[in-house]
Amino acid sequence: MQTAITVFLDGMTYASYLFIVSVGLTIVFGVMKILNVAHGGFYAWGAYSAAYAIGLAAELGFPDWFAFILIGLSSMFVGIVLGVLVERLILRKLYEHEEVIVILATFGLFLVLEDFILLVFGVNPYFAYQPMVFLGSVEMGGIFRDVYSLTLLGLAAFVAFACWYVLNCTKWGKILSTVIYDREISLAIGIDVKAVFVWTFVVGTMLGALGGAYIAPTISVAPGIGIDIIVLSFAVVVIGGMGSIPGALIGALMVGNLRAIAVHKFPEFELFVIFAVMAAVLMVRPEGLFAPAKIRRI
Amino acid sequence: MMRSILLDNTVRCVIVAFMALACIGLVLPNWILNNTMFGLARGLAVLGLLLLWRTGLISLGHSLYFGLGAYAVALLEKHTGSTDIILRLVIALTVAGVIGFFLGFVLRHYRGIFFAMLSLAFSMVLYGVLVKTEALGSTDGFSVSQTTFLGWQPASKYPLFLSIIAICIVAIIGVQFYLRSAIGYLTTSVRDNEIRVEYLGYSVARAVHIKYIISAALAGVSGALIAMSLGQVDPDSMVNWTVSGELVFITIMSGPGSVVAPFIGSITFEFLRTFAFEWAPHAWQLIVGGTLLGIIFALPEGLWSLIQRLWTKKGKVL
Amino acid sequence: MNNDLILRVRDLHKSFAGIIAANNINLDVANGEIIGIIGANGAGKTVFVNMVTGYLKPTSGLIEFDGDEITGINPRDITRTGACRSFQISQVFMTMTVLENLLVAVSLARQDLKSLLKPLYSDERINECEQIMRRYNLTEHRDKITNTLSQGVRKLLDIAMAVVSKPKLLLLDEPTSGVSSEEKFDLMDLVVNALKEQGTTVLFVEHDMEVVRRYVDRILAFYQGEIICDAPPDVALNDSKVIEYVLGESRKSTYENEQTVRAGYA
Repeated sequence: MQTAITVFLDGMTYASYLFIVSVGLTIVFGVMKILNVAHGGFYAWGAYSAAYAIGLAAELGFPDWFAFILIGLSSMFVGIVLGVLVERLILRKLYEHEEVIVILATFGLFLVLEDFILLVFGVNPYFAYQPMVFLGSVEMGGIFRDVYSLTLLGLAAFVAFACWYVLNCTKWGKILSTVIYDREISLAIGIDVKAVFVWTFVVGTMLGALGGAYIAPTISVAPGIGIDIIVLSFAVVVIGGMGSIPGALIGALMVGNLRAIAVHKFPEFELFVIFAVMAAVLMVRPEGLFAPAKIRRI
Repeated sequence: MMRSILLDNTVRCVIVAFMALACIGLVLPNWILNNTMFGLARGLAVLGLLLLWRTGLISLGHSLYFGLGAYAVALLEKHTGSTDIILRLVIALTVAGVIGFFLGFVLRHYRGIFFAMLSLAFSMVLYGVLVKTEALGSTDGFSVSQTTFLGWQPASKYPLFLSIIAICIVAIIGVQFYLRSAIGYLTTSVRDNEIRVEYLGYSVARAVHIKYIISAALAGVSGALIAMSLGQVDPDSMVNWTVSGELVFITIMSGPGSVVAPFIGSITFEFLRTFAFEWAPHAWQLIVGGTLLGIIFALPEGLWSLIQRLWTKKGKVL
Repeated sequence: MNNDLILRVRDLHKSFAGIIAANNINLDVANGEIIGIIGANGAGKTVFVNMVTGYLKPTSGLIEFDGDEITGINPRDITRTGACRSFQISQVFMTMTVLENLLVAVSLARQDLKSLLKPLYSDERINECEQIMRRYNLTEHRDKITNTLSQGVRKLLDIAMAVVSKPKLLLLDEPTSGVSSEEKFDLMDLVVNALKEQGTTVLFVEHDMEVVRRYVDRILAFYQGEIICDAPPDVALNDSKVIEYVLGESRKSTYENEQTVRAGYA
């Protein structure tokens, strides 16, 4: 029973964090039709800037709770600065290219972002444990959990709700749906598609960075952390359906829990099971479990 | 048929250039020799990707075959102790070809981003297995002993270098022969208009499948040769998705113009990486990634188009 | 079995999610006939062509070609049995030259591995393609990339590619759509004469009644997925149902005017 709870909590925590990162990826794909490999770079930037800021704040004697504000601020900072820069300088010139070439361009961008981190933050790992220590841990049925990773579930729920609300209950949501449905028609009826793209990309980048920033206190922030997360979020997004927000949720829950089960019961299958499921979904239902049916097979 | 292929201009240039390279190889400093070896060996995998790209397909999972070839060499040695070059190459080619044949039945129905993603998923399955399986070397991989040639163990790397050159020549002639043939021309035809190909009575799926198997086999041989040149195999530098990304990167950098382009592109990449690593150990990825972006923006037809332009300026037409 | 029969269609039916696109189609086509298919947009002409050539699978019914059942077989295999088609929007290889387009078509028409492995550019094949280009007036465009050509030339190439395998039956889907009115007759003269020489049976979808009247032996008029008239042009174009449902009111008046004018001359 205790293992079951541990597996479940691990799975849900992991799923929450995957969801936050993947939802950014899927929004960008849904609106702009760009599968952004550089999203892994944004994640890493979020993690680094949050870890750096938290460390700095602690040195300067700010209270520990201030770290939460810093996490929010640093992901916004990364989202706005990097998001706007990348969209303006690079992606905007790629819209008419083939989608696979665009993937490759974002791969180049990913490499650039990875090393840019080394230049700015150096090669030594960062530890920003303050928020975890601040929240302490709780006992649930004989299991000790740190409260911090439980708050991740809350954050994911909040992100999911916010996405749902914006898309379904606001004018913004309607504009976005129109652009997703048909770019040309949106232009024709006077929607500023360029502006929509910038905003979407900034929000997507911010979510990627938020995932990194929020997970930073629980890991050692070291070079290369973006490499694994990007393929995992590809798996999440593909399983749920590229461009679908509920799909990202389902995909994250599946991948998170499968991984947790594998880690506890069959550790040698940890990665295998995730990508086997990804391959299986692509083979059986290439458009993903949740995307509107639009098959590219011939 | 063989005569006509030997009369082919590209093939003649390639043979002359490689002969020259083989001679220069005798006096080249070790690090240049090594880089050229890696470049040529990796070029084989890129040649395979070029075939797919001409059909409009980009595989983000060719590290699967690259890794299979490399691990075939390592596991052959671990289990039988054999280090013979022919045995190593045959087993790498067979494993990659057979797996490519079977996965091809699935992948031949996919295009665009779905093709890229499914290839990625397949390669990551292999990565996941290798990383977590102790018997397969886990994250450390294996070391690979020096290659022997029918029992003879040379003191230098030069014989391996010569073998790589020979294999590249064979591969270039083979692929050129294929591309010149009617079935090879289907590469462009399939990219242009699948419906028309079907209505001419040929199966698009089969045309894609054939290309896929060729590219898988080439990637397998490429992986095996890299393992032999490097003396070791490990999942992160052989099978992880970044390896596939790198291969596609070299493909785009080389350009689709010629069967020689992959080798020029691949050798350029090898030196670019070495120099970048030398000058800026913490920023070599930045230089490599920046180059990739630069090529996509400024040279969409790759390095080959640059070479072509320079040649035509001199009045020679390739 | 009648040896002269090239195509036999029985009770063909097709519906898309409840919408009937083809209903109760029965048809016998004799060897060497030239048949025009007419009908308003959405009448089911292209659906019919698509079903015969395997692009769509009929919901029910039977299609026999040259004595063999071909119902629901894929396009590739139908092409191999000798029924080819052209397209409403020309389907050619856009980044290749006219010669290359034809070379690929010619080498695929052979259907054997030896032909597929042979270099695409062989003297014998180039000769064959040059003959085709002469016959279809394509010689001047030999080395032009197809995406630089006019719609009319592309249409010709499209048809030429469908014909290289010397099919027994050819279905042309709106061969003159997108072709300027001056070019229409030239194009159809070329095509129909070439096909008659080969003895190919032709079914073609056409909106221009002048074109139809000039070339066909027989007309099939489609309305709401059914054949409402199957008769020689003189009969079909005067049929009241055809006038009402296919030619329409405006067309009827011009057509009647023409008839009067013609009657006057005669």
